[in-house]
Amino acid sequence: MAEISKDQVKHVANLARLALEEEEVEKMTKQLGDIINYAELLNELDTDDVEPTTHVLDLKNVMRKDEPKEWIKKEDALKNAPDEEDGQFQVPSILE
Amino acid sequence: MSLFDYTLKELQDKLHNKEISVSDLVEASYARINEVDDQVKAFLTLNEEEAKEQAKQLDEQLGENPSILYGMPIGIKDNIVTKGLRTTCASQILDNLNDPLYDATVVEKLKEEKTVTIGKLNMDEFAMGSSNENSSYQKTRNPWNTDYVPGGSSGGSAASVAAGEVFFSLGSDTGGSIRQPAAFCGVVGLKPTYGLVSRFGLVAFASSLDQIGPITRTVEDNAHLLQAIVGQDKMDSTSANVDVPNYSEVINQDVEGLRIAVPKEYLQEGVNPEVRETVLEALKQYEELGATWEEVSLPHSKYAVAAYYLLSSSEASANLARFDGVRYGVRSEKADNMLDMFKLSRAEGFGDEVKRRIMLGTFALSSGYYDAYYKKAQKVRTLIKNDFEKVFEDYDVIVGPTTPTPAFKVGENIDDPLTMYANDILTIPVNLAGVPGISLPCGFSSEGLPIGLQIIGKHFDESKVYRAAHAFEKATDHHKKRPSLGGEA
Repeated sequence: MAEISKDQVKHVANLARLALEEEEVEKMTKQLGDIINYAELLNELDTDDVEPTTHVLDLKNVMRKDEPKEWIKKEDALKNAPDEEDGQFQVPSILE
Repeated sequence: MSLFDYTLKELQDKLHNKEISVSDLVEASYARINEVDDQVKAFLTLNEEEAKEQAKQLDEQLGENPSILYGMPIGIKDNIVTKGLRTTCASQILDNLNDPLYDATVVEKLKEEKTVTIGKLNMDEFAMGSSNENSSYQKTRNPWNTDYVPGGSSGGSAASVAAGEVFFSLGSDTGGSIRQPAAFCGVVGLKPTYGLVSRFGLVAFASSLDQIGPITRTVEDNAHLLQAIVGQDKMDSTSANVDVPNYSEVINQDVEGLRIAVPKEYLQEGVNPEVRETVLEALKQYEELGATWEEVSLPHSKYAVAAYYLLSSSEASANLARFDGVRYGVRSEKADNMLDMFKLSRAEGFGDEVKRRIMLGTFALSSGYYDAYYKKAQKVRTLIKNDFEKVFEDYDVIVGPTTPTPAFKVGENIDDPLTMYANDILTIPVNLAGVPGISLPCGFSSEGLPIGLQIIGKHFDESKVYRAAHAFEKATDHHKKRPSLGGEA
């Protein structure tokens, strides 16, 4: 039986950049635990000699020339931004 | 009879003979939306002014040899980016994305074919869900009975076609999100082979599984819509360079001698007896048409749901990292530093199911758990893919139900993620293997809800899938039934 603790949930939430309320942490601990327990089903299978599949098609690296092209203009790129200043995205302070 | 009860070919003839105009088609679409969408709730955004203007222009420009899709009213799932037309993925985090900067490749291709975009369709938030109950805006209802869900995540796409609000629509399918709602709503939905259709401009959920596909009332119209959107695309390096046949021609071949495999795992316990009986009836129909069928095994089927949730959630946790409140989307007003701004914007913008999957994926990819969960699931994916390849050595197509049950009631499964996930047990393996699958109507439950037949083919063998589907459709009348919603559909 896999167990997942509240501290683990808080750690993962931090990695995922999600602020969770204490109530959500409780609920998530239970639900993630259930899902991970269910996933333990996969351990019935011996996969030591099985190659993992990352991609279903037999595609190798797809290369293209590294050439500059017309794409979205700066003023358009800023059009949907929550905040902008002097033609750049504005964010809250990074350093305390 | 509504205009949308005709086939594409019939409507193109009518357009050409000036019996109808593109404006008539577009007006019919909005009239129907006005009539029934307060019940069905399929649309998030309407494109009415632009669509009516475009219809006028198309009526003036109608030439000798228009595209077969000329002037046809289409609905687009809201995770497919449309330039200048609001695109939200049914999420609060994109609530203010009113002016997207580009068109998805499929939307560009449709513009070349001169379809008319009627509006954007509801879905489970970021395509995560099987009932449309995870939309942050509204719960789309099943047109056959509005107490029931339309399925998901492309619930709006399927319901809008079933309700006669648009002629056809585009959806996306990561674990069943086209086929399951098509089954629940009694319409035809295809998930193409991974790589057949460009994913550029499809907001990514799980990049190794996602595909865009057509939802229509008939198999032939489905083939026409697929034809318009396939092809390798410089903007999607995973799109494949393959020869594409003329689908609407190949579907007319009969199924004499077609070898059908029926996985015993797809008719086992957990599959509702009415669904099982209806599928067995369909197989009898195939026998009468000259095909043969045999029972086979896809022995790793029972592991597909667990592998899928680990893999798709892992990919989602990486893909959804882009929603950070910096470049577009909604930013929390409560934060006074950058890190809190990320965390609070995401906490306020994402719904419960999306958060749950981001958490699961982040956990499965995190240090110390990667091998045990993510890599293990990738290995099981190989076993599932091998199951399919083995069956296709001896058979042309695989046939079974699309879903274990007909549509369920709104609210019935919402509090239990694992029960909700089990809905996709028969569609998920197809995405893991990357092969094409279609759902088409094959009957109705005693409660009058549609039942879907799933036909699965080899990689890039959409032709045989369509051929088998078309032969069944021609021999039956299920696709001609209409929901009684708000009068005549």
